[in-house]
Amino acid sequence: MTGDDSKHLPLEDIHTAAGARFGAFAGWSMPLTYPAGVMKEHLHTREHAGLFDISHMKLFEVSGPQAVALLNRACPLDAGALDISQSKLSFFLNEAGGILDDLIVTRLGDTRFMVVANAGNAVADEKHLRALAADFDVKVEPLDRVFLAIQGPEAWAALSRAGIETGSLLFMHGVEPRKNWFMSRSGYTGEDGFEIGLPEADARDLVAKLLADERVLWIGLAARDSLRLEAGLCLHGQDITPETDPAAAALMWAIPREIRASGAFIGADALRDAVERGPAQKRVGLKPEGRQPVRAGAALFDANGNPAGHVTSGGFGPSAGHPVAMGYVATALAKPGTRVFADVRGTKIPVDISSLPFTPHRYRKG
Amino acid sequence: MATTYFTTDHEWLRVEGGIATVGITDYAQEQLGDLVFVELPEIGKKLAKGDTAVVVESVKAASDVYAPVDGEITEANGTLSSDPSLVNSAATGAGWLWKMKLADESQLAGLMDEAAYKAHIA
Repeated sequence: MTGDDSKHLPLEDIHTAAGARFGAFAGWSMPLTYPAGVMKEHLHTREHAGLFDISHMKLFEVSGPQAVALLNRACPLDAGALDISQSKLSFFLNEAGGILDDLIVTRLGDTRFMVVANAGNAVADEKHLRALAADFDVKVEPLDRVFLAIQGPEAWAALSRAGIETGSLLFMHGVEPRKNWFMSRSGYTGEDGFEIGLPEADARDLVAKLLADERVLWIGLAARDSLRLEAGLCLHGQDITPETDPAAAALMWAIPREIRASGAFIGADALRDAVERGPAQKRVGLKPEGRQPVRAGAALFDANGNPAGHVTSGGFGPSAGHPVAMGYVATALAKPGTRVFADVRGTKIPVDISSLPFTPHRYRKG
Repeated sequence: MATTYFTTDHEWLRVEGGIATVGITDYAQEQLGDLVFVELPEIGKKLAKGDTAVVVESVKAASDVYAPVDGEITEANGTLSSDPSLVNSAATGAGWLWKMKLADESQLAGLMDEAAYKAHIA
């Protein structure tokens, strides 16, 4: 099923014992589903707590006197304005303003930050960051960690029973609760939840404790994808790519106003031009009529049959109870409620532009 | 007396009086995962062996189900429009996909019986 050159998760034996079905993703052999199946795994996460092994993602520690300066150059971010323990979604952009990767940056100390990068871009991200770091007094250190996500309304209670108190930690904040641990209240499901990077031995201990709790179930990559799609969250490589900029991707909210105006990050000029011009296409939610899913790659047409855009992610939303999708449409058609048509194997399926998310976010913001 | 045949593409055919009822095997539904939509064929459509007859869609992906032999569609399992999960819960029973009138019964000779299919997926 996966090539011999796939990378393997440190906890692969635990997933195998749990009955995981594996598949290739971003160069890794990843658990796609467990015996419960994608539908039950998805719904369990929204109702209780889902445990995800996301060790394919990469943690980088950026530290040194010029850590703020490096991050302000690498990302459209005001790193110095972050409070200690505050996290922010940001990006690496290319000179054209295209999104090389989306990242979460957390301030750990005055001159110390954690950067979490996507699996598929981890190698390129490290190279990019190291090349930039050469001009700054800063250290970039990729960390060797198991990375777990626990997501859902009972995630905090399950962690508490496992001996980890999360009480005062709020959404988009991260701390180092133990030696070589990084724990943030964040995730990619739209639910309250946590992401924890920790050494393998500690991870084995934590996983055993969590799985002893009937509220906790392993969740595979298939449900991770349907959960994030319902939550309206982008998958890099599909919904955002080096060919899309934050303006077209409807992600300008992640860039502070003063940084948009005067930041000296890579891609700043191109992004300012793009904002000035206004994007030709915009990322939108798409709600197909009926039960038939509309998937990535499907072409979109307006009511007169003219090309209108394309679908970048699509599938069925188990909690929404209907097919859900995301894609790009001509800006004039981007208003929620506008009807377009998706070509699915020669049939035109009516699709309504929909506001995102499809299922309400339930983050604990305070 | 109906005879059941199997294909290497993990379909089953129950043949009686020149009509084959076709579905996917339990092994296939397990591989696909929870189905959320089945695109059924039109009645009267003529298919050659290997043509796509039905598309089954799981949460994650769409997969073609091929005509295992030549023939003409005589019936489609309309129940699946409202409950595609029948293919998961009863793949070899109520989750059948379509019925077809065989064009050439000699094609059945190339298919597997249950014992051979079980060996094929073992």
